[in-house]
Amino acid sequence: MTASIIESQDRGSRIEERGGPAAPLLTQSSIRLQTTAEDHHLARMAALALGLTVLEAAIPSPLPGVKPGLANIVTLIVLARYGWRAAAWVSLLRVVAGGLLLGSFMAPGFFLSLSGALWSLAALAVSQHLPQRWFGAVTHSIFAAFAHIGGQLLLVYFWLIPHVGLLYLVPIFAAAALLFGTVNGLIAAHFLDSKIYHRDTEESCLISTC
Amino acid sequence: MPYLNHIKLGDWAVMLCGALFTIWLTVTLWQGGIADKAVIRSGGKIFSEVPLSRNQLIEVPGPLGITRIAIHNLQARIASDPSPRQYCVRQGWLKQAGEIAVCLPNQVSVELSGGRKRYDSLNY
Repeated sequence: MTASIIESQDRGSRIEERGGPAAPLLTQSSIRLQTTAEDHHLARMAALALGLTVLEAAIPSPLPGVKPGLANIVTLIVLARYGWRAAAWVSLLRVVAGGLLLGSFMAPGFFLSLSGALWSLAALAVSQHLPQRWFGAVTHSIFAAFAHIGGQLLLVYFWLIPHVGLLYLVPIFAAAALLFGTVNGLIAAHFLDSKIYHRDTEESCLISTC
Repeated sequence: MPYLNHIKLGDWAVMLCGALFTIWLTVTLWQGGIADKAVIRSGGKIFSEVPLSRNQLIEVPGPLGITRIAIHNLQARIASDPSPRQYCVRQGWLKQAGEIAVCLPNQVSVELSGGRKRYDSLNY
């Protein structure tokens, strides 16, 4: 992304027409980010992931930290289609914007989410090099889910609750990671394998089943 | 199941490894260890420490009356207690190290302990 200042004369003249001739213009120029089509695409995917995050926040959880992680379906699809860099963008944008939307930005919940995202991105960076013939989205999803909860537990242990009693919860988290990792991976694989999948229509395809 | 078609051979292997890993975590982290003795407390002080190897019935006096603790087959339970709500009696047999039954009204507790001290919310 490159930032540049563009004189928005045409927009200014339009305001002048509507607001009457006497109204002075408050801003002669505005800052605009020069964005590419790829940026727009990433932003759309991140927005989609964000929608799933907000949706998921409404689902009650029996134990803090046990969540389906539906937004990771989007990350997996982006990883398979556009590579790791794009997946990292989508994942981290989702974490930051999700923190802002849910009011947990810079609170412990945000850092837990960030730590989980960073660890699962690291896991994905490794697992994406596995031979595609044998390993698909389900594998990536399971690896990412385990890395996610592992990273979160490490942060919890070293920052929030430095107590060995945390170990009692690890099997529950691991079981949840396996379950949701598999389910999310299957959903992602389903979208990736569907024949109607196309770059221009994928957002609508993800929302409604194609 | 059309969804199963999306799972490749390696995915099955990863799922299996994940399941084994989870089972291993559960077995190692949730195993309380073998208990070999019961620590009986009354009024906050240790009343007696008895081995689980011998079956016996122990009577512990408290402010409300006598609490009876039964030890049988390497397990321990509160057999009877004068407490009004009988929580510790209903808890049943204690089997693993770290398990504890507390009769608060009569100030009596029995805790199983094993080779190494386990953690629980009471010794946080």
